[in-house]
Amino acid sequence: MKILISIAAALLTIVVTTSAQAFCGFYVARADTSLFNRASQVVLVRDENRTVITMANDFEGKVADFAVVVPVPTMIEREQINVGDRAVVQHLDAYTSPRLVEYHDPDPCVLYERSERMSSDGAAFPKANAEMKRGARSQGVTIEASYTVGEYDILILSAAESDGLIRWLNDNGYRVPRGAKGVVSSYLKQDMRFFVAKVNVEEQSKLGYQYLRPLQVAYESNKFMLPIRLGTLNARGKQELYVYALTRTGRVETTNYRTVKLPTNTEVPEFVQEEFADFYRAMFDKQTRAENERAVFLEYAWDMAWCDPCAADPLSAKELRQLGVFWIAGNNRNNGSKIAPAAAQNVFVTRLHVRYDREHFPEDLVFQETGDRQNYQGRYVIRHPWKGASSCDVTQYEASVRERQEREAQQLANLTGWDIDEIRAKINFAGGERPVPENEPWWKRIWG
Amino acid sequence: MKLISRLRDPRYYQIAVLTVLVCFGVTVLDFGIRWQNAAAILATALTTQFFGTVYARLPRFDPLSPLITSLSLTLLLRTDEVGLAATAAIIAIGSKFLVRFRDKHVFNPANAALVTLMLASDHVWVSSGQWGSAAIGAFTLACLGFLVLTRARRAETTIAFLLIYATLLFGRATWLGDPLAIPMHQLQNGALLIFAFFMISDPKTTPNSANGRVLFAAMVASIAFVIQFIYYEPNGPILALIVSAPAVPLIDMVMRGRHYQWQRPVARTRKRLKGVY
Repeated sequence: MKILISIAAALLTIVVTTSAQAFCGFYVARADTSLFNRASQVVLVRDENRTVITMANDFEGKVADFAVVVPVPTMIEREQINVGDRAVVQHLDAYTSPRLVEYHDPDPCVLYERSERMSSDGAAFPKANAEMKRGARSQGVTIEASYTVGEYDILILSAAESDGLIRWLNDNGYRVPRGAKGVVSSYLKQDMRFFVAKVNVEEQSKLGYQYLRPLQVAYESNKFMLPIRLGTLNARGKQELYVYALTRTGRVETTNYRTVKLPTNTEVPEFVQEEFADFYRAMFDKQTRAENERAVFLEYAWDMAWCDPCAADPLSAKELRQLGVFWIAGNNRNNGSKIAPAAAQNVFVTRLHVRYDREHFPEDLVFQETGDRQNYQGRYVIRHPWKGASSCDVTQYEASVRERQEREAQQLANLTGWDIDEIRAKINFAGGERPVPENEPWWKRIWG
Repeated sequence: MKLISRLRDPRYYQIAVLTVLVCFGVTVLDFGIRWQNAAAILATALTTQFFGTVYARLPRFDPLSPLITSLSLTLLLRTDEVGLAATAAIIAIGSKFLVRFRDKHVFNPANAALVTLMLASDHVWVSSGQWGSAAIGAFTLACLGFLVLTRARRAETTIAFLLIYATLLFGRATWLGDPLAIPMHQLQNGALLIFAFFMISDPKTTPNSANGRVLFAAMVASIAFVIQFIYYEPNGPILALIVSAPAVPLIDMVMRGRHYQWQRPVARTRKRLKGVY
């Protein structure tokens, strides 16, 4: 039997159409130019009370006029902020993406000769100053430090009161979303601090980047959380957030919202291959509604050392170090004679997908690491019927294929909420004849 | 008559509610209860109770309490190792027989097991967020039904705990200037409700007097709040209960009250009985 598995990964960037306007922090614009980022991706590396957070965004718009205000659970210093590599986040995204697996039926007349091949098409992944300081102090905002990291000018703020921070932002030409004051004040009382990152146009052109690279912050705090409240303030509609947690022990889940596994390992009709993104979006919509729009969804949970099937290779030790996985040794011990380092061990990745707004997610996301190392992946299966010439009577085979195709149609309708008749119309039923579903009314077929 | 007096034992209702919750959790919510763990916990708890009965020379084997402990553990404890689930049952029931002060066990059995194993192993955790909002509504009704049916006997602990904890949450939200949706959401937590109705309410490990119980509930609620919102550690209530448990004998010394018996008519006939375990 010949089984061909090829994988098309649905990258979050194509899955998501809703425009989102912020992630952990909120953006402030100087002018009326609008800024869109379709989805936010956050990588959370966590062990004990140490956290390294990487925040990546898909910006659309002129970046020079914008700044982002990011809350962090503790006071941070210059060395704790870094600018990361977007490619690594994209790789992590590809590695953890929901996948479509395809199998080809063998020649029904030849029941032996079994071979397997697996391929993964990497290319198929769509991917994803002194004067200022004086002014600040008079408003109860102390700029603790300001410096340039990569293409960003970073200002670490220590605000005695939120009014000061908001006013400071306004005075410096930034437009602050309505309602920000209340949230900022609440965060400050919870001992959270803020930093502002704005694009240094000169540096950016020197570096030659056309996009914004992800910001990284390393800090030590008991709080294993992601502040999403500011992000809901200026949002138009719901926002999409992907959290990739890299931990030592096991799967990560939210403690204050339900974490739900998406349906997986389901056989779907062949045509889903062409519309996998639509399929995934529809399924995600339906599952979100089924959970009253209040759940966080698990899309992937796996030991970083391997994958099966692989949507992309596991991340190398070097890439993991770049993301801040501090407990593994990077492969920088280059003594030339050694063989390539083995796949990274002792890293468990959890991919969570959440669609949120203020109404359904009033509170910030709080996480916990569990001891669960059970692997989970979003995997959807396509089985192609045998289409080659056959040397025997295939009536029975075709009947069994039709039965399977009908079952796949119903499963797809269940998963996505799509109309069953429209699904059936897209299926090339074996032998050109659609089977009669068990519960179809008798009159449906009288007039064709 | 015997049947009626038996049914007055609130544990039957507790068992019914907890069983429904477990079934609901497995079939509808799919929140990670493994049947192997449930079976291991149940079997081990009953066996440990049996040996405990022999050890303490109790007049009869009582399956109700270990059943409640098993169901609570099944609902709250998550582990990927069956051995740890069984260990939890041994610790829970074993602690009832071994850690005692003045004829009362000190720790709530399920609580003792959860905390011990969470501290000792990375493979044990509590999934407190796994109840959907719809489930919470039904759950709250079931719990309130429990109060009505048992005529709120010894329910001061539950009521006081929930009221004080809710007050602290709303107080915090007011101080922070947060919308009230936040404390409301924090209260809609399945693990918190299981804790309030089936763990802290345990009459065997709470003070004997009503005032004592309210004082105890206030203590647990405050410590839970501090753990959760000042130290930002998860599972505040569960940790707070074990920390507060040693205070019960002290409260009993100061505030006198009657030691609780599950079935008073039966207990009165046996003089030797030092309280049903």
